[in-house]
This record gives sequence, C-alpha cells and structure tokens, in this order.
Amino acid sequence: MAHKKPNYYLVWLYLLILTIAEVAVAFVSGLPFQVLVFILLGLALWKAALVAMYYMHLRFEPPRLVLLVLAPIPLAILFAIVVVTMEVF
Amino acid sequence: MSEAAAIHAQAPRPMEGIRVYNVKLGMWVFLLSEVMFFSGLIGAYIILRFANPEQWAAPGEVLNVPLTAFNTFMLICSSVTMVKAFAAIEHGDQAGLKKWLLATIVLGAAFVGIQIFEYIKLAEHGFVPVASQYAAGGGPLYGSTFYTMTGFHGAHVSIGVLCLIFTLVKALRGHYTEEYFSGVEIMGLYWHFVDLVWIILFTIVYLI
Repeated sequence: MAHKKPNYYLVWLYLLILTIAEVAVAFVSGLPFQVLVFILLGLALWKAALVAMYYMHLRFEPPRLVLLVLAPIPLAILFAIVVVTMEVF
Repeated sequence: MSEAAAIHAQAPRPMEGIRVYNVKLGMWVFLLSEVMFFSGLIGAYIILRFANPEQWAAPGEVLNVPLTAFNTFMLICSSVTMVKAFAAIEHGDQAGLKKWLLATIVLGAAFVGIQIFEYIKLAEHGFVPVASQYAAGGGPLYGSTFYTMTGFHGAHVSIGVLCLIFTLVKALRGHYTEEYFSGVEIMGLYWHFVDLVWIILFTIVYLI
C-alpha cells in the first residue's frame, strides 16, 4: 500500500498516443498483413500491460500475487501458437 | 454504530502467505477466470476467421472505426476517473470519491450508449448476427462473431456500470473511509480489467 503514486494522467496520455498509433498503423501505413498483425498485437499488449501495472496496481502488489496473475501467460502464448500453426500440423 | 457494523468497517487485514486481503484475492481469481472466458472467444474467432477468410470484409469497410476509436478513448478516460476515485478515498477525500465515481458512471454509460447506436446503424446496413438476414460485406460468420465478442464485452461494461452505481450509493452514505476502501479498490480492478479486454478486442475485431 505504501508506495509512491504513479502519475495516472501520464499513463492515460501513453494509452491515448498508443491508440492513435494503432489506428494510424492499421489504416495509413500500408504494411504487409503479417507485419501489421505483429505490430498491432504488440501495441495492444503494451497498452494492456500499462493498465494492469499502473491502474490495477500490479507493480506495487506482493510478488506472490504477481506470480499468480502471470502464471497463465505462457499457457496463453502456447494456446495462440497452436491455433495459428494449426494448418501446418 | 452497532458492534457488527463496527467490525465490518475495519480495514481488511492481509492474509498470511500471499499478503493480500481476501476480497482482493477473490477478485483477482475471478478476473483470471474471465481471462479464460475471453481467450476462448478470441481463439474461436481466430480459427473461424482463418478457416473462412472470404467471410471477412477489410477493416473499416463495414465497421465504423472512427466512432469506435472515440469510444475506446472514452473507456480509457473512465479508467483514469476510476483510479482517481480510488486515490481520493485512500486519502479520505469523500467529495473526490463521489465526484470521480460519478464521472466513471457517466463515461461507462456513454460507452454502452454509443455501442447501442453503433449496433443500430450496423443493423440498418444489414450487418446482423442472424445468418439468414445477413446482407452487408463479408459473410454471416463476420456478423455473428462480431456481435458475440463485442456483445459479451458490452454486457461486462453494463454490469460494471450497475456495480458502480451501487458503489456510489454506498459512498454517498459514507460507507467508505480512509481505512476501509476495499469495495472501491475491487470495483476498480473489475473496471480496469473490462478496459483491458476492450484494448485487446478493439485491435483484433476492428483493426486486423
């Protein structure tokens, strides 16, 4: 509980800039589809991490709670890889 | 104050071991089950989409992306107001708590309102979840997966707004104090999680 307050407005500004960047990348960049998906998902995960760390205060929680929350992430990545490579197998 | 109420208003003590109080741990476990819920929906969407690429229109062709981008902005703003409400009560600022909770309710309700407006406009153009009546670009799978994903998210926001009203009523009665604010904190966790899910859904459904 006793932690220095993050600057919530700065996080908001970050989220706003990243959202504008996403829309710009999707509609004006003209990149090939695979590159586009890679960048867009990266930006989305970056935004999600900002919300979880600062608004949900995960950065300031005891390590065991952080571990509880992060444990399923490798499984989710595995799930995504299996889905995307389904045609290959 | 009765004895039961006095006990109730005490600050929740962190549990041994994990060092988080039990209501908060419960909310996190619930939110992790919600991760699985939305992972299932997103997984089904990816499989259906890449197995039937001809059923999807290009981004922005059928869906109104500028309107939804604005709605995304509103939901991000509502996350700031929610976290400000929590920061206010942490310092015992009752007026701030009520003000920021009200702002969050207004922004959340506006998000749902714009989503309903979006649905009506899309349905007018033949973009509907019912396969036999589908008349827009792409195919029926596009409509059904779109409404399933955004609809379940919209339901989460709606429930969140109702819970926020409940929290505001309790705040107006002076239920929360500098020591006892767990209700506001776990409300915030749910609200930020709904925002987090929308960040992912907006990218996958509207931009890719």
